[in-house]
Amino acid sequence: MKGVWRRRNLLAGLVLTAVILAAALVSLVWTPYPPTAIDILHKLAHPSRAHPLGTDPFGRDVLSMIMVGARNSLLVSVIAVALGAGGGIPLGALAAARGGWVDDLVMRATDLAFAFPALLTAVMITALAGPGAGNAMIAIGLFNIPVFARLTRGAAMAVGKREFILAARAAGRGDIAITLDHVLPNIAAVLMVQATIQFALGIIADAGLSYLGLGTQPPQPSWGKMLNDAQTYIYKAPLLAVFPGLAITLAVLGLNLLGDGLRDLLDPRLRRAR
Amino acid sequence: MITFTARRLIALLLTLLAASLVVFLVLQVLPGDPASLMLGTEARADTLAALRHQMGLDVPAPARYFGWLWGMARGDFGVSYTYSVPVAELIRARVAVTLPLALMAICLSVGLAIPVGVLAAARRGRAADVAAMGVAQLGVAVPNFWLGLLLILLFAVTLGWVPAGGFPGWQDGLWPGLRALLLPALALGLPQAAILARITRSSVLETLGEDFVRTARAKGLTRRVALWRHAVPNALVPVVTIIGLQFSFLLAGTVIVENVFALPGMGRLMFQAIAQRDLIVVQDLVVLLAGSVIVVNFVVDLAYGVLDPRLARGGAS
Repeated sequence: MKGVWRRRNLLAGLVLTAVILAAALVSLVWTPYPPTAIDILHKLAHPSRAHPLGTDPFGRDVLSMIMVGARNSLLVSVIAVALGAGGGIPLGALAAARGGWVDDLVMRATDLAFAFPALLTAVMITALAGPGAGNAMIAIGLFNIPVFARLTRGAAMAVGKREFILAARAAGRGDIAITLDHVLPNIAAVLMVQATIQFALGIIADAGLSYLGLGTQPPQPSWGKMLNDAQTYIYKAPLLAVFPGLAITLAVLGLNLLGDGLRDLLDPRLRRAR
Repeated sequence: MITFTARRLIALLLTLLAASLVVFLVLQVLPGDPASLMLGTEARADTLAALRHQMGLDVPAPARYFGWLWGMARGDFGVSYTYSVPVAELIRARVAVTLPLALMAICLSVGLAIPVGVLAAARRGRAADVAAMGVAQLGVAVPNFWLGLLLILLFAVTLGWVPAGGFPGWQDGLWPGLRALLLPALALGLPQAAILARITRSSVLETLGEDFVRTARAKGLTRRVALWRHAVPNALVPVVTIIGLQFSFLLAGTVIVENVFALPGMGRLMFQAIAQRDLIVVQDLVVLLAGSVIVVNFVVDLAYGVLDPRLARGGAS
């Protein structure tokens, strides 16, 4: 019974993630309407056959905007995760392999990074460096670095005590070779799960930044900016405030379920509900 | 316990210093000339010179850094460039909104999450557990500012029970202020409650399998007493850490949620100060917020030592 329930998580996560990903990919070649096409005559239209999710105050098709918004949001988040993993995994592996003052330095630096409320600092960075998708990626990615560094260090240290690592060391292999050939492949599962979780958090952070006008810039649609625009018309067109938020929630839910499912599948010992 | 506290206290001070240094470097040294960053590229030379003087930029950076620290230690946070009032005054007025908001959100989150998490664990696998964890799974995925919009949609637009935003101040008594903070606190607190409920559940489940709980049952205690008197207090130790960590999320969340509800709090001040390039205000606010996160986690660390003395001994060795 429990096994089925867990697989159901994985399945639901896969389906939701696939739907959002498909929407983003399809938007590259086709959307029902051009997402920036203004049609004042049909502004604030209710959902209908012509516009399944209605239109916004400029008569733009909401479904088209949400599809392109998916693409923009996923892009920011994927790159933020890549930055975090690219910076954090080597740092964590280094700390675990070298120990001593290197380890201390990396750990204190991550402690310090965690003291800064991530989203708040991302707001500061994007606002000062200039709003836009590029700076949003960097600002979110920066805070993924300590997450990956900590996780990699912890996991690498646990693996480092196992016999096969000791055997490799006894065979005279160096730290770098051991880390690349033995440690990283053995902690890849944990890192993958964390990447899914950071991906989901990145989507929320990106939506928050673009809600504040600091993320993806108009005329490129973004989920956060759509919600901000919708707030102005919340009395006239309440549905406008529903669909983009639903898109964010489904994307995040999908990735979280996928992460949970992967965790159970790849390493049952790690099963710890977040 | 004393060595433990002393070690943590030194670490606390060092972290606070490092945090202030990072903020100072990012805002005062990296941009080159903060005065021209504040005024933009089209500023007149005499305006720039006047601001440089007002900001004390003619002084070398290390002296400026220590001057700023010394000022903060005495409660002198500098003068805001756009408002021309002491930053301390600005912040004091905003804390009266953000602090009650954050406290309400934490209380809501803890008050909801712990009972739900414990009950879900006690009824593991049954309908109540599945339903509660389903809702929590969904709750984790809802961004707080969208939840805020939905709450406005329901309670302000549709039902008309509360205003859609704004803050009346505390001068008319407690109730109008609390009423204005209720929806924002729900928006901030509910997603955090979802996270906390899931952690509480797994932590209680873990303790329920421990020997001392089995012993408690074996010596004839009822399930309910074994759960609440033996399993829950032990399960709450990791939960307390998470509550400390959530404080940081809540502070960050206030930037967006205060904007959704047009609340004159610290988050909104920060957002406006950034938009107006009022760097002194930004610098002070970031250090204060990072400082409070550091202090809260310090308190959590100490609480940890009290809740579980084994950790304090381990930390001192």
